[in-house]
Amino acid sequence: MITFRGGVHPPAHKGLTDELALDDAAPPAVVRVPLQQHIGAPAKPVVEKGAAVKLGQTIAEPGGFVSVPHHAPVSGTVKAIKEYPHASGRALLAIEIENDGQDTPADELEPMPDWRAVPVEALRDRVRAAGIVGLGGAAFPTHVKLSPPKDKPIHTVIINGAECEPYLTCDYRLMIETPDAVLVGADIVRRCVGAERVIVGIEDNKPRAVEMMERNARDLDKVEIAAVHTKYPQGSELQLIRAVAGAELPKSKLPMEAGVVVQNVGTALAIYEAVVGGKPLVDRAVTVTGPGVVSPRNLRVRLGTLCNELIEQAGGMTPDVGRVIMGGPMMGLAMPGADVPCMKSTSGLLLLLRHDLVSYELNPCIRCGKCETHCPAGLATARIGLAVELGNIERAEALAVLECIECGCCSYVCPARRPMTQLMRVGKSKVLKERARRKIGA
Amino acid sequence: MLSVSSSPHVRAREDAGRIMRDVIIALVPALVASYFFFGIAGIMLTAIACIAALATEIALLAWRGRKVDHAAVYSALVTAVLMTFCVSPLVPWWMVVVGAVVAIGIGKHAFGGLGHNIFNPALVGRAFLMSAYMVPMTTWKLPDGISGATPLAHMKIGAYDKLPSLWHLALGDIGGCIGETSAILLLAGAAYLLVRRVITWHVPVAYLGALAVFVWIFGGTTKGGAGLDVHVFNGLGPMNLGAIPVHLLAGGVILGACFMATDYVSSPMTPKGMIIFGVGCGILTGVIRIFGGYPEGTSYAILLMNMTVPLIDRATMPRLFGARRLMKKKGAA
Repeated sequence: MITFRGGVHPPAHKGLTDELALDDAAPPAVVRVPLQQHIGAPAKPVVEKGAAVKLGQTIAEPGGFVSVPHHAPVSGTVKAIKEYPHASGRALLAIEIENDGQDTPADELEPMPDWRAVPVEALRDRVRAAGIVGLGGAAFPTHVKLSPPKDKPIHTVIINGAECEPYLTCDYRLMIETPDAVLVGADIVRRCVGAERVIVGIEDNKPRAVEMMERNARDLDKVEIAAVHTKYPQGSELQLIRAVAGAELPKSKLPMEAGVVVQNVGTALAIYEAVVGGKPLVDRAVTVTGPGVVSPRNLRVRLGTLCNELIEQAGGMTPDVGRVIMGGPMMGLAMPGADVPCMKSTSGLLLLLRHDLVSYELNPCIRCGKCETHCPAGLATARIGLAVELGNIERAEALAVLECIECGCCSYVCPARRPMTQLMRVGKSKVLKERARRKIGA
Repeated sequence: MLSVSSSPHVRAREDAGRIMRDVIIALVPALVASYFFFGIAGIMLTAIACIAALATEIALLAWRGRKVDHAAVYSALVTAVLMTFCVSPLVPWWMVVVGAVVAIGIGKHAFGGLGHNIFNPALVGRAFLMSAYMVPMTTWKLPDGISGATPLAHMKIGAYDKLPSLWHLALGDIGGCIGETSAILLLAGAAYLLVRRVITWHVPVAYLGALAVFVWIFGGTTKGGAGLDVHVFNGLGPMNLGAIPVHLLAGGVILGACFMATDYVSSPMTPKGMIIFGVGCGILTGVIRIFGGYPEGTSYAILLMNMTVPLIDRATMPRLFGARRLMKKKGAA
């Protein structure tokens, strides 16, 4: 089977939730929609305190090209626009809406059931107007990916159904429960970028998802379902492209250079809902799981719902919870508290127990080389780590530290428990700072 | 209380302490075998060396103001066991104490402690003992109780009629160092390390393979035991496959290839580098054994190759993802 070099095999722990159908989470009494939910410029609010809003109404407009609008996830009244704790650990501006429980629809976006007749431009505008970003976790504004320059012809759309992070199962559920909608979403993407074919990459430890997607793709032209090797980080964009399209792209190159556009399963579904149903992105699938959750669940969640409330809906926390993570265990963000709102990038909430927590220390490197042989980016991680530790930023730069994808494999395998991924991040930020300084100096 | 730290939030079970413990477990069968071949001496000497190495490690860590952790303790034990494995069972107890102190003190801490040593510390200790106490280090005990030469020494002087059978060479009831004689049990230990993914195949296979090829090409031994000038291809001469098993099973090469040349700290980091390193070790072992004035070559071969590791590491960087095979265009389907 084609795959990529390196990578690790952490225990999957998918059994906690993979048989649990997506349920609608109870809409909260108050939602808090952060203005910063994606890579790029934060959105700008277009409603004021006291304004009545309808479900799906635009409440913030894009702050630039690489930015999208946000919509009211409930109908009700804007209570405040103020700083609120954010998953990043900082307090950032959020729009607070009191839910009137009516879900009165705004109907801003006209459904396009005959989207095949709609001009491509209008489809792209719709994707942006619906506030869609990559739902796999990186949250890159989707319309940007749907607008490849003319000199970069796209031949393949890859739908990322790998879901390689341990514990998370929301993409798996989407592929089992709404495979047809995901495939229509993929087809819309294919049309937007002018590609010939669609390949859905799914890790081979999810045979049911492969089967469901295959069954629904049977009557479709030029749609392939590819079972890819189960190995973390198979769902990383570059690694998935390597596995299903055979193209090996450096991090500095965009997938479109290889004629490829990659969209997550959840994103494809959101595109389908926005185009065919006229529904803006106001909810998403979230896996609430881990040993620290009483009864783990897969939930369809209104954006802006506090993580606390979701954990409550999953039976609450066990008393020995030591860490709350937004995302998966390999790349997810550890949060100082769970009183932060869910965002478009929130694929899961993972609660780990105190005694399972791992610590990393600046122990001496024992030169086992495991971090280097497992690095999917092919980096000399051990040597970069030492260079960063010694403050030799030039060497870290020469060793291509900027190509690090921060997947965490190096920290995962390090027997000396060195904080390898953190050293890479420090190295990257120092190199970038140094470059900026040089630019100013010149 | 919630704790916050950088991802990843999970990690593999292997840690340095567990790895070193696995190495010790893998060495136990050979130690037990030495009891049956040479009596209690090997086990006693190993225990004494362990105590001396631990004491040295802890004292030096304390003096340098470093913390005493599992990795340091277990690695000191591994060093002590490996060093004792490559001395004669007849050496006096104080000699392994000297060896352990030199191994930990000079072999390891003089370079900065765990992770910083250029040379395999056990081999540093052994090399010191070899040069300081040549006679006790090369006086051998045979399992039948009398002293005598090792198989490689017989090879060296062309006394082929005195060579034990391949079965005895593999089993290990022959003359030699405490832990080096039983090829079978050492290979069993190495298999355990392979299964536990503590070591990979690269160094042992490259090492033993290169030695086998070298021995096949240049002959099994020299006649007369001196240098190049008296080298004569003899009965076990070049292109003689029969010399290969003798050279692989006799002496310390299996111990060296599986347990010493695979030492993380003093060997290369990438698989490609490990193969180059292993081949170098194999060739140097062959050169010393066949052309040198000394029957055994493993420890000096590894020590010499240890010196080349920075160069090998530099020459064998991992291939950056996307560096060479950029964008294999997949045309229209």
